[in-house]
Amino acid sequence: MSPTDLAVQEEQRSTTRQRVVNDFSIQVATVNGSGSQTANMVLLRSMLLMGVPVSGKNMFPSNIAGLPTWYTIRASKRHYVARKKEVDFLVAMNPETAKEDVLTLDPGAAVVYDEPLKLNTLRTDLVFYPVPFDKLVAPVCPDAKLRRLVRNMIYDGILARLLGIDLAHMEKALGKQLGKKAKAVTLNTGALKAGWDYAVANLTKQDPFFVEPMNETAGKILIEGNAAAAIGCMMAGVTVVAWYPITPSSSLCESLIAYMKKYRIDKATGKATFAIVQAEDEIASLGMVIGASWAGARSMTATAGPGISLMGEFAGLAYYAETPAVIFDVQRVGPSTGLPTRTAQGDLLQAAFLSHGDTKHIMIMPSSVEECYTMAQEAFELAEQFQTPVFVMMDLDLGMNNWMSDAFKYPETPINRGKVLTEETLKKIGEWGRYKDVDGDGIAYRTIPGDGLPVYFTRGSGHNAKGQYSERPDDYVENMDRLARKFETARKFVPKPVIETVPGAKIGFIGYGTTHWALCESRDQLLEETDVKTSYFRLRAYPFTEQLAAFVDAHERVYVIEQNRDAQLLQLMKLELSPERQTRLRSVLHYNGLPIDARSITDDVLAQEGFEVAKKTAARTPGAGMTGGE
Amino acid sequence: MATLKVNRIGLEPQVYKGSKTTLCAGCGHNSISERIIDAFYEMGINPRQVVKLSGIGCSSKSPAYFLGGSHGFNAVHGRMPSVGTGAMLANKNLIAIGISGDGDTGAIGIGQFVHLMRRNLPIVYIIEDNGCYGLTKGQFSPTADLGSKLKTGVVNDLPPLDTCALAVELGATFVARSFSGDKRQLLSLLKAALSHRGTVMLDVISPCVTFNDHEGSTKSYSYVKDHDDPLEEVTFVPFFEDISVDYEPGSTQEVTMHDGSKLFLKKLEEGYDPTDKINALKRLHETSRRGEFATGLIYIEPDRDDFLTQLNVVDEPLATLPLSRVRPGPEALEEIMEGLR
Repeated sequence: MSPTDLAVQEEQRSTTRQRVVNDFSIQVATVNGSGSQTANMVLLRSMLLMGVPVSGKNMFPSNIAGLPTWYTIRASKRHYVARKKEVDFLVAMNPETAKEDVLTLDPGAAVVYDEPLKLNTLRTDLVFYPVPFDKLVAPVCPDAKLRRLVRNMIYDGILARLLGIDLAHMEKALGKQLGKKAKAVTLNTGALKAGWDYAVANLTKQDPFFVEPMNETAGKILIEGNAAAAIGCMMAGVTVVAWYPITPSSSLCESLIAYMKKYRIDKATGKATFAIVQAEDEIASLGMVIGASWAGARSMTATAGPGISLMGEFAGLAYYAETPAVIFDVQRVGPSTGLPTRTAQGDLLQAAFLSHGDTKHIMIMPSSVEECYTMAQEAFELAEQFQTPVFVMMDLDLGMNNWMSDAFKYPETPINRGKVLTEETLKKIGEWGRYKDVDGDGIAYRTIPGDGLPVYFTRGSGHNAKGQYSERPDDYVENMDRLARKFETARKFVPKPVIETVPGAKIGFIGYGTTHWALCESRDQLLEETDVKTSYFRLRAYPFTEQLAAFVDAHERVYVIEQNRDAQLLQLMKLELSPERQTRLRSVLHYNGLPIDARSITDDVLAQEGFEVAKKTAARTPGAGMTGGE
Repeated sequence: MATLKVNRIGLEPQVYKGSKTTLCAGCGHNSISERIIDAFYEMGINPRQVVKLSGIGCSSKSPAYFLGGSHGFNAVHGRMPSVGTGAMLANKNLIAIGISGDGDTGAIGIGQFVHLMRRNLPIVYIIEDNGCYGLTKGQFSPTADLGSKLKTGVVNDLPPLDTCALAVELGATFVARSFSGDKRQLLSLLKAALSHRGTVMLDVISPCVTFNDHEGSTKSYSYVKDHDDPLEEVTFVPFFEDISVDYEPGSTQEVTMHDGSKLFLKKLEEGYDPTDKINALKRLHETSRRGEFATGLIYIEPDRDDFLTQLNVVDEPLATLPLSRVRPGPEALEEIMEGLR
């Protein structure tokens, strides 16, 4: 079939379809290590520059080069930024996955593909745009070795033309992406134009998808959660960082290193107001953090599930000896090595009780990049105020994907180092004991090596209120009860839930972290499609605040929506809720490694509510080409 | 009126003591604690600037028994190096002394030990080495010698780790071995250690009187006394004392420490030079092949940058920097935001 035949055939169909503006998803299927990330970021940012709300999600393998990777960009005039299961526009660049990528599309989708793949023979219900990428890249990139990296920029040019994205915005986005690398900018701009020109000359628009300018993104930034958290740490005044590389948390510390080198070098001396150490493992990372906090520094580490497992013993020490520690857990799919480059919320129970003995930890849970920034700061405040580890429960979707956000606000308050003993306080309280509960809130005053105030011996073994070694039953119980009291105090100080109570709603939703975005969209779907009203409780911390029980009481059925197999958040809630309240809880679970989407929630809830749910074709799930490769 | 004995900063010996030991009577570790007390007193170091760190085991209990006026941290088994590293990162003005054991270092803690040595963190790291796990009733540790016998008659059939050879190889800049029963040598080495800026690794053979002091053990008092092979006679002269040491040219090596103190090493063996890394390793192998312990200063590299210098941290402790120095201004945040638009 020649392109002309295709054009005729498709034209008839396009007349029957309505224009779909700023409400579709593009999926780019490439091979990792081929430089597609630049092309995808340029595409994403150019739409942002047109004022259209966008989100981008990378689904990539645990590999450096040669395996399939998919990047999904969603334009949504209604500001939906969760993953959308259905793909409207496919860019098929990977011969290995192209066939399956095409076969699983919904009818009516559009496909830009590498011409030699001949994908147009596979289906008659799609719109096909063949593009001879190799022929187009040769003239714009004389250096054959670089062609592989520049080739992808051509599809940006094609899409700009087909979707109606201003080429000037693409060029601006390209400049932003490549910075001062002049040669790369020239080559890529050439490729972009080659794509555009080819589309003008050879492709006739037949699909219904369009990008049109909006005014919804003025002043917005595009940032990964890991980078946002790093900025938060820097603004919180972190001074000691110890880490061990692990996906998906590495970029948190790497961004932090870059920011600190730029903004935290003393101008007068050229010396650093921080120390960042790449440790030998996660155990040593947390050991360094504990040593540094003990000696008075604001200190942190970032890791993922396997690192959390290794940190167990030290986490218990920090809990029991009462040293602050900030631990970012950018969750990935477990158990064991699991799917290292896929997202999950599967570490919740492990982090809550990490270590042996009676141990409980504070967890805070950002949903957005903005909260990554603000909660990073809150984490240090809580860790120092409560002299205990604080886990910031992020996930791969939040940490490693780019999210649109309002610009971050400069912190309004100075930092609070918690109950650090001063001469003045010492005079006021008279006798000091390291673990003595002077104020009745379970939090004792601490001294810091080198401060000249009374010293104590810190230990993970049994101790009394003065910090002396003790195996006495009464000392042990007193200390453990005080720690429990401290945890109770924390309830009042951790980030409060965000609650939206809808009058007349019998159903309540509870979710946290990235689940939020799909959950919001699902609530709209339920309301608009089936008139089901839902209230919403967005959890932001553990220990739970007192609002939880009241929310459960106010709804007949409460769906706890999370991204793991074992309903970990629901289990954690059951530990605190009365048996009657527990009977109201239901579960919606999503744990295939991909970010949760609204339709999955909606269908699941409707099924549990007794509605007939139309069984749609199994939604396209990238991953078919992800086997083998070891 | 009798004047109380005080050191150069006006503190009495009493200030350097700790709480009463709970280790067995005659334990080598107690002698080491006494030498530590002497060394800190004689060097005139303010206990308030000192942090004592340890892992888990009999050895790791001992920081409670010296320098009661210092902060201490009894951490988890084998992981004291990371805690010490964190503390020194937070406050470079602290003086860190870490007490470990042969199991705490050689078995569970070997990973952290390796990386501590590599980094040349300023810390005095002491292994109280008795070749067995005392606190769990006498099992072999990785420094137990081949053929050494437990009380129960079990013979060790695995080769020992030589922590000194490892430390030299891994990059420690001050490596020494001593014997808890050799007061003079141990005290001189400890004082020299406190004058060094970088990682000091001091392995002290310290017999376990309860589980490893019998016939057939190579870590018993009598065995160690008979097989101690000192490399040199160590004399330490601190920077604040004006003492001249006379020696025959060629007989003694003089080493100037980071703080200006001097070490005089009277050679007992022809041609031993503790600044020669390869020779140091050779000597360790030779003595251990003879079933002996080379003691004294094994290796020293006084001038290498320590970890904190390499990290280029500001002169003041990071822990106490004011907010104005650790929170960039609004213009910095705005610049970052602009870059993301």
